[in-house]
Amino acid sequence: MIAALRALFGRREDAAAAGDRESPPTRQLALVIDLNVCVGCHACVTSCKEWNTFGAAGPLADENAYGAAPTGTFFNRVQTYEAGVFPATDTVHFPKSCLHCEDPPCVPVCPTGASYKRKSDGIVLVDYDKCIGCKYCAWACPYGARELDEARQVMTKCTLCVDRIEDATLAPADRKPACVKACPTGARIFGDIHDPDSDAARAIRERGGYALMPEWNTRPANHYLPRRITAAAGAAAQETRTLGSGGAARAAPDIG
Amino acid sequence: MNPAFSVVVFTTAAGAGQGLVVALAAATLVDVPLAPASLRGGLAVAIVLLVVGLASSFLHLGRPARAWRAWSMWRTSWLSREVIVLPAFIALVALWWLAAGDARAARAAAAPLALAAIAVSALLWVCTAMIYACLRFIEEWAQPLTIVNFVLLGLASGLVLAGALAALAEERTAFAAALPAALVATVAAGACRVAALVRNAAIRHRSTLATATGIVATRLVQTSMGMSAGSFNTREFFHRASAAALRAIKLAAVALAFVVPTIVLALVWAQALPAAACTVVALVQAGGLLADRWLFFAQAKHPQNLYYQVVS
Repeated sequence: MIAALRALFGRREDAAAAGDRESPPTRQLALVIDLNVCVGCHACVTSCKEWNTFGAAGPLADENAYGAAPTGTFFNRVQTYEAGVFPATDTVHFPKSCLHCEDPPCVPVCPTGASYKRKSDGIVLVDYDKCIGCKYCAWACPYGARELDEARQVMTKCTLCVDRIEDATLAPADRKPACVKACPTGARIFGDIHDPDSDAARAIRERGGYALMPEWNTRPANHYLPRRITAAAGAAAQETRTLGSGGAARAAPDIG
Repeated sequence: MNPAFSVVVFTTAAGAGQGLVVALAAATLVDVPLAPASLRGGLAVAIVLLVVGLASSFLHLGRPARAWRAWSMWRTSWLSREVIVLPAFIALVALWWLAAGDARAARAAAAPLALAAIAVSALLWVCTAMIYACLRFIEEWAQPLTIVNFVLLGLASGLVLAGALAALAEERTAFAAALPAALVATVAAGACRVAALVRNAAIRHRSTLATATGIVATRLVQTSMGMSAGSFNTREFFHRASAAALRAIKLAAVALAFVVPTIVLALVWAQALPAAACTVVALVQAGGLLADRWLFFAQAKHPQNLYYQVVS
């Protein structure tokens, strides 16, 4: 009995190993988000909503939009964190959307096949015509990247703007996700992370790009570039991921 | 998680229906004398519980008219497997109910139908439990006790229900067989459920705000979750009950589902209480098990909650 149960729970690792043996998607499109540059302006949020509510993924419902508790479907949110101890605190703006995992836990649990990972470019998508709104995929995503659209009652999420990036009628420079086009500081790098020469892969490689919740082996395609504490102009930038532990924090008087 | 009433009712009702069918199947296999009308009555109660469960599960869907699609991904999805096995089980129990109405069919098919009912019921428990146990990052659920408890809680409630129905139908031999089985199953279910609650109370979750954001800092707090009010993420994954309410529900669930039924069943066994007390136990235990299933969902801390700590 115990051995059988172990086997049931061990299946995950076997499946992951089997996945490695299968040929991975040749391309894996993804976003690389530079936390050093993001200023928390939410332009990516509004641009994403604007594009997608009118596009193939929409409409994205807004309920009670002018009431006391407005709620709506968004594919992208910008959160804000405070790191460190006053006065050596850093405000980190943290854009958050579907990470298009290379081993997406949301896909195998879907009972209808509405959730799928596209073989050609690794984008995780929802077929809205097949979704029954059981919400199981949202439970199976550790990142909370999926939102049920309250009006359509189907699961929705970031599509990396599939209806933009392959639109031959757009100028090549515009064939990028709406959030990338909107970002005024260039904090969002879009590309194929399996192509070592792409800007995205190079940024991950050269600037310490990391994945969220690595403990669950979902292998997110989206990566984040850590905050760098930049010294005065002309001096070399210092790479660090430990915020608020600099000399200032120690020198500061204890004000409780 | 925010417990969905539909799923709480579904899993509790279907579990009791499965347990009742297993009790009737075991009685058939070991030749406990049972009037055909009593057997059919028990099977009918089980079918009602299973159909109530199935109907309740539809309420959980955003698009119930598309539910038929959920049969397709059985190769990878435990939910899809459950969606196949549940109607198959209902059909099997209905077939048994039909066969039990005919003396010749009942003689010929009773044993194979009873064996098949036990096997499919076990399969359904595994499918239902694995829906939760396979989500490796919901650490309250991803453990073998989740499967053990779905089986034992269903068995206990089904056997108590079988005892109550036997008492109502004045099936003395069947009641004498069901009572000790119900007592043992209730004690075992209580022990395993409490073991799971103790284990879950001590969990140190692998995901933290540091692993969720990758920001390594001496102190890290969220100042905005990126929206001014709520979203699907704040509605679906937070139960909003206070810690005191959660403690009260935990106590009530353990008392009503396990402690009170064990005491009353033992008193009935010692003949200090009449057999009819089993009907009260069945009702009290049903309430306790609904509370316990609510707790099962409420207690599960989804790692996505790390990202939704401050509304602003």
